[in-house]
Amino acid sequence: MSSGTSSSSIYVLPHTVEPNPETGLFNAKLGIWLFLASEVMLFGALFSSYILLRVSSVNWPLGSTILNIPLGTLNTMVLISSSVTMVMAWASLKMKDFGKFKLYLGLTLLCAFIFLIVKYFEYSAKFHHHLFPETSTYMAIYFTLTGLHGIHVIGGIIVNSYLWGPGSKMWLDQPERFTNRIEIAGLYWHFVDLVWIFLFPVLYLL
Amino acid sequence: MAHDSNHQDSHHPKHGFWRTYVFNTDHKMIALWYGITALCFLLFGFGLVMLMRWQLAYPEQPLPLIGKWFGPTRMPDGVMLPEFYNQLGAMHGTIMVFMGIVPLAVGAYGNFLIPLMIGAPDMAFPKINLASYWAFFIGGVVMLASFFVPGGAASSGWTSYTPLAVIATTGQTMWIIGMIFLITSSLLGAVNFIATIFQMRAPGLSFMKLPFFIWAQLVTAFLLLLAFPPLEAAGVMQLMDRVAHTSFFMPSGLVVSGEHLKISGGGSVLLWQHLFWFLAHPEVYVLILPAMGIISEIIANNTRKPLWGYKGMVYSIVILGLLSFIVWAHHMFITGMGTTISAFFQATTMIISIPSVVILTALFISLWGGSIRFNIPMLFALAFLPMFGIGGLTGLPLGLSSPDIQLHDTYYVIGHFHYIVAPGTIFALFAGIYYWFPKITGRKMNDLLGHLHFWPSLICMNLVFMPMMIQGLAGVSRRLYDGGASYAHAQGVLHLNVLMSHAAWVMAVFQIPFIINIFWSLYKGQKASDNPWESTTMEWATATPPPHGNFAFDPKVYRGPYEYSVPGATQDYTPQCQEKVI
Repeated sequence: MSSGTSSSSIYVLPHTVEPNPETGLFNAKLGIWLFLASEVMLFGALFSSYILLRVSSVNWPLGSTILNIPLGTLNTMVLISSSVTMVMAWASLKMKDFGKFKLYLGLTLLCAFIFLIVKYFEYSAKFHHHLFPETSTYMAIYFTLTGLHGIHVIGGIIVNSYLWGPGSKMWLDQPERFTNRIEIAGLYWHFVDLVWIFLFPVLYLL
Repeated sequence: MAHDSNHQDSHHPKHGFWRTYVFNTDHKMIALWYGITALCFLLFGFGLVMLMRWQLAYPEQPLPLIGKWFGPTRMPDGVMLPEFYNQLGAMHGTIMVFMGIVPLAVGAYGNFLIPLMIGAPDMAFPKINLASYWAFFIGGVVMLASFFVPGGAASSGWTSYTPLAVIATTGQTMWIIGMIFLITSSLLGAVNFIATIFQMRAPGLSFMKLPFFIWAQLVTAFLLLLAFPPLEAAGVMQLMDRVAHTSFFMPSGLVVSGEHLKISGGGSVLLWQHLFWFLAHPEVYVLILPAMGIISEIIANNTRKPLWGYKGMVYSIVILGLLSFIVWAHHMFITGMGTTISAFFQATTMIISIPSVVILTALFISLWGGSIRFNIPMLFALAFLPMFGIGGLTGLPLGLSSPDIQLHDTYYVIGHFHYIVAPGTIFALFAGIYYWFPKITGRKMNDLLGHLHFWPSLICMNLVFMPMMIQGLAGVSRRLYDGGASYAHAQGVLHLNVLMSHAAWVMAVFQIPFIINIFWSLYKGQKASDNPWESTTMEWATATPPPHGNFAFDPKVYRGPYEYSVPGATQDYTPQCQEKVI
């Protein structure tokens, strides 16, 4: 009914697939950019809080003395790779190669799972050493920021799994619309990647 | 609803009850749900303050008749406990702002009118629109449920200042979770509104031909989109403080009831206030801008002439939106954040009053020389202008850092912002209900009941809120559960509490004609044509009630939104989608 594709509907929503000539965007692409703008404000507020808490504290630990830099670096590489495969998945659809699309989006999902598994080992090592959110304000902001980022990774996994699995049926009857869906899922995934690229130096290195 | 069964037969695909009413993605049905739910919350939030007014007028006296129903943890023998009073205060603010006015002004009005006014078949993302409503509904249910957890609902004020809110009872955790749902709902709605206005305007409808209401909704959506996430971040941090015992907002060495709290400390108390007001000041404009939009439509229609200074109003509302992001710390002048910062925020606060005054002045001048029709929507709109004016002008002393030292946290503040949101925004929302009711139902609301609603409400509003200014100037704090009875400096203005409470209860009685009017008019109201007010904007160009998909023709726009009394035309209004002037 909403998509204008079912037989019972009597109207078609404009610009669900073809871009609006005035903005140069289809609806969902504008929508995802707006959503990402709000996400920037969400993480921006947390990063600002981090700066404020750090400059007003008497002794702030150096991240590298507490966190595992090799594991953090590994996770950075994993996420950057997943962003590359995400673009390749979209490009494959643009070149009408559905098989390659399945492969690359599958790799993206694999990278996302590797990221979470590494994160799980990092978290359990911290708990093992009795480092909890309540231990210090540094640990509090570490767990809050990486936890919120982790929730975003899980959100990405849910969306991408749907698009890799049952959602990919749309390729058969609306290939252009499906390609657009991969594009906006990709924009979100790049954002999640970008947040980590800020988180890693701020928490691990500085 | 009675009207829906007819239009369903002709236009809706046949669906069962659940698809038709509960999971219908049509923007008009979602708007109705938003409207009905928000009106119920408004009534509930108003009820909470009725209880508070008893305690303020007659402290320590048992509430007659219904007092015993509240149980020994809230009102033993009908006498209100201070803890319960604090819960009522915090929840009154939260419910009215986040569950009443915003969902009604944005969720209901925006959803119903944006696609109709811009000539679109629906919102850009109908399913996200439905999700937005249900997130709001769940958030509301969580908030209401918090009254029944041990210790009761949140009681640290609607601002939830730390560290008080962190050491509060379970109700505060429910408050945060409820807020996260409400914030999610606003975000989904804001994305939808902006995308719809940018992408789906009818051919010919350029930005400078948009009705002012659409401009107001667009700026509001940007405020919701960008100002709410920092509160979400703050909510997550407060939740961590409460549940994981972190110290984001907890200072070192905090002592509560003579005991050192076992926390790591090192947090910043002021950080919460900064993050909260970074949302909550733009939120003030979220409350007032849609109201200005509604009032503009009604004034143009009932003066039968174009709005004076439409372009100036549009520029003003955009500047208002931008500036609203850099005034937040004027709520924090007495926190000791320093005179330099105060000077900056006092300057931006004075600057932001300019575009507000431009809009209000333009609306006043629009009345000049018009042949005004004094129908019920117009009466509410006309009352809005001076009432909002009083609210705005009384804000100036609060925005200057030195008079604010005297006035901060007194009843003056309560009087000031209630003038803006009660006889301001809520009057505008009432005006809108009387004005667009015929488009929704095909029937007009009753005039006599309307008068019986309007005049007593106007008088009582002033009797409730004007004495608050006097009490505030005398220095009575806004947070006292006995209304100041135990304070020497409040004795001279204590008698005003009785007057205010009686006025509030009388006002409650005169909301009954409004409720009767809605139900009576639904079935018995005078039948209305498609365009009963002879208006120019596009929602009146389609059938009543608008069918699924909104327009039976392809709407095209040929002119600006307020072409009333065009010289040489025989008809005193020329609709936006009419090609020739007749």
